[in-house]
Amino acid sequence: MNTYEPVIGLEIHVELKTKSGMFCGCPADHFAKEPNTATCPVCLGLPGALPVPNKKAVEWTIMLGLALGSEISEVSKFDRKHYFYPDLPKGYQISQYDQPLCRGGVIATSFGDVRIHRVHLEEDTGKLQHATVEGRKVTLVDFNRSGVPLVEIVTEADIKSSEQAKEFLKKLHQIVRFLGISDADMEKGSMRLEPNISLRKAGEKGLPNYKVEVKNINSFRFAAMAIEYEIKRHVALLDNGTTPTQETRGWDEAKNATVSQRTKEEAADYRYFPEPDIPPMRFTREYIDSIRQSLPPSVEKKKALIMQSYKIDEKKAEVLINNPTMLSKIEGTVSLQPILNSNISGATVVNWYMNKVIDASGAVPERVANDIIQSKQVTHVDDSVLIAAIDAVLSENPKAVADYKAGKEQSKMFLYGTVLKRLAGKGDKQKVMDFLTGKL
Amino acid sequence: MKLNELTVKDAIAKLKKKEFSHAELYKDLHDAIAEKNSLYNIYLSLDAEAVSKADALLDTPLAGIPIAVKDNFLTTVLPTTASSFVLKGFRPPFDSTATKKLQKAGSVVIGKTNMDAWAHGSSTETSDFGPTKNPRNPDYLPGGSSGGSAAAIAANLTIGAIGSETAGSIRQPASWCGVVGLKPTYGRVSRYGVIAMASSTDSPGPIGKTVEDCAIMLTHMAGHDRYDGTTLPRPVPDYTKVLTKGVKGMKMGICYMDHPNIKGTDLDTAILKAAKVFEEMGAHVDMIPMSRDGKKGTILAPDYAIGVYTVVQRSEVSSNLARYDGVRYGADRSVFAHEAKNRIMLGTFTLSKGYADKYYVRAQQVRSLYRKNFEDLFSTYDVLLSSPTPGYALPSGASSGDPLFGELQDMLVEPSSLVGNTGISVPCWRNPETNLFLGLNIMEDQWQEEKILQAAAAYEQATDWNEWAK
Repeated sequence: MNTYEPVIGLEIHVELKTKSGMFCGCPADHFAKEPNTATCPVCLGLPGALPVPNKKAVEWTIMLGLALGSEISEVSKFDRKHYFYPDLPKGYQISQYDQPLCRGGVIATSFGDVRIHRVHLEEDTGKLQHATVEGRKVTLVDFNRSGVPLVEIVTEADIKSSEQAKEFLKKLHQIVRFLGISDADMEKGSMRLEPNISLRKAGEKGLPNYKVEVKNINSFRFAAMAIEYEIKRHVALLDNGTTPTQETRGWDEAKNATVSQRTKEEAADYRYFPEPDIPPMRFTREYIDSIRQSLPPSVEKKKALIMQSYKIDEKKAEVLINNPTMLSKIEGTVSLQPILNSNISGATVVNWYMNKVIDASGAVPERVANDIIQSKQVTHVDDSVLIAAIDAVLSENPKAVADYKAGKEQSKMFLYGTVLKRLAGKGDKQKVMDFLTGKL
Repeated sequence: MKLNELTVKDAIAKLKKKEFSHAELYKDLHDAIAEKNSLYNIYLSLDAEAVSKADALLDTPLAGIPIAVKDNFLTTVLPTTASSFVLKGFRPPFDSTATKKLQKAGSVVIGKTNMDAWAHGSSTETSDFGPTKNPRNPDYLPGGSSGGSAAAIAANLTIGAIGSETAGSIRQPASWCGVVGLKPTYGRVSRYGVIAMASSTDSPGPIGKTVEDCAIMLTHMAGHDRYDGTTLPRPVPDYTKVLTKGVKGMKMGICYMDHPNIKGTDLDTAILKAAKVFEEMGAHVDMIPMSRDGKKGTILAPDYAIGVYTVVQRSEVSSNLARYDGVRYGADRSVFAHEAKNRIMLGTFTLSKGYADKYYVRAQQVRSLYRKNFEDLFSTYDVLLSSPTPGYALPSGASSGDPLFGELQDMLVEPSSLVGNTGISVPCWRNPETNLFLGLNIMEDQWQEEKILQAAAAYEQATDWNEWAK
């Protein structure tokens, strides 16, 4: 029995949430739209249409590179990547070949560093839909997604386990969302994962002579499961003396297994050449520095900062980091003068948002602040008033008190309700319960 | 004189002075088209309603004059096919920026002109809709790929026309048809809505009866377009302002006349005579020796450009035609004709793994040698003088069977086109026996359209070759 060491790399595609497309004015938000209603000559690849790059998308890709510690290319360009597929209207995808916007970088995981190989920008493709129309099985194309800005992040093959892959992906997901450049919503397909897996004998160096890619996975859990599945499959093959076939596989959710999609005899020939419709891009030091300066603090720093200033635990801080919209509303709320005047703590505001605000994106900080203050005012009743009310109720209801003492738990709730009624909704309910229990 | 024989300039002036109506102008035009279009096969489609659109445009700069448009410009009023059956009947949902600008300035698209299919060629014989004939002598080729637009001008079947050039496609047919054609700097006129041939060199431009007509049309075609990232936000001058400035003191260099294929031909004689005309007007003209290395003071031989151009252009063609994959547009890949298939295959090969470095990358390196050579020359000379073609129009049928026909015909303009420079062809010779013309090609560095217009207008005024300029 041999022991093996997994050699895992990841390719991650992230759709940017810019207003418009990568090379045209169509809305980049394509989710749940009527098919082919958000298209134009450019993203349909009509004759004579020309691509003009979206500056924001370029800026955001550089921003991501900076957040990952990548080196930003001072000269970069777009290239055409040719292949035939019905969802690719020009017969080529505008992507980046030998001069990506960002190279290098790293994300630390508890299992060790995972180096970033490159980060580049490209356009998304359309989507095929298989349907039955008038009794015929047909394939339809929806071009709404065609031309949506897509960032591809490629890691080095530094990952050694499914746990490490999962941790890396979660951190990347956090960074992308924290930067506010993508919703990275797996269910909507705005973050798509492609692990590539191979095994080498423990102790060996260098890359194995094969690689299996698993395409388009839409959850961290499935990515981990696919990696686990592949490792087991490869071990069995290698123990048998067979080298696993170099191929592309897909994750089958129903079978909980990967299935072969296509075998690559050799690397596909995409016939890359520089996109002649888009002049090369040059970035000055000043431009890159200005993006660097606009960068929010790192996720780790920010987490420490909010834990400290709001006095909340790491779990809550994590929730906020993963929900930048809520975090920014909270930040807007705590700094409001009425909140400061009422001595309401950061933790109270955080709890209010987490428990009472259903949709943080629609919340108005001023209104939320008002709600919090009002609720606090209601509770501001002197303890002596509470105790007086409780004493009165207890003396008026000796039977209920006796019942409770005989073990009838419900009687306490009756007494509690009666006290609240007497206080006419005023007073801290928790305090009422505490005092009542004490008296009983 | 029939009104269809008027120049752009005269037609505008006379319409504005109300010497005749739009109805009269368009009637003469449609009569001429009815009489001659079947002889020459110039128009693929015509807008019978054109005149009704012209009436309201009298107060615009172009006053409602008709222009003929090469069929690779997208127009919503007429089908756009690039002369290929693959796009037969295709009605674009938008207009090219160039035609839109010309329409906004007050011209009317009267019809779409024949061309080499997908602009692949220099003969207009590769059109799926049949060849166009040279109105100067119908036994001969009109040149191409903008052969239909040049022939429309030569036959007086329009007032103005536009075409597009990657290397020679405006100037070569202009030269063979005895008309004026201007290839602007790459990026001066928007390519948006022009069916792409070779994206890194495609340059839309005017074809006209006179230098002044080209200047007028260019003024209304040029400019930055936010839909074309390769256009620049440089101001567009009124190009007609420089036409009377003359050439006194200009430094000019003659190129390529010592090429073994040209030396001692009528072309050699014609260009040297043209140089004399410039000298008499006060220009200083040198003969620039051709060299195999482009060292300072010489011009790099154009022969290498054939290889460079062929590789770059075929590569881009194979990519640009990938979208006609049979999924859309209603025609599958088998509908492509022989020439397009040839180019797709060659371009696919030159971009393939293991070959791209050998061909595409190498071609780009040689391209930069030409760029450096022209930069050197334009640090000394205001303009360079040559011809768009190695000789007269060839007889009909000459293009078939020669896969490099176009490249050999366009050899003299390929170096400057590859680096994006501008040039204009004006008639400079006529063979009295065949009635065929030769063209003088005046070339300048990028963005120097005014300089070539200035020199070309002076030449046109000083000579008798152009019947419309008299």
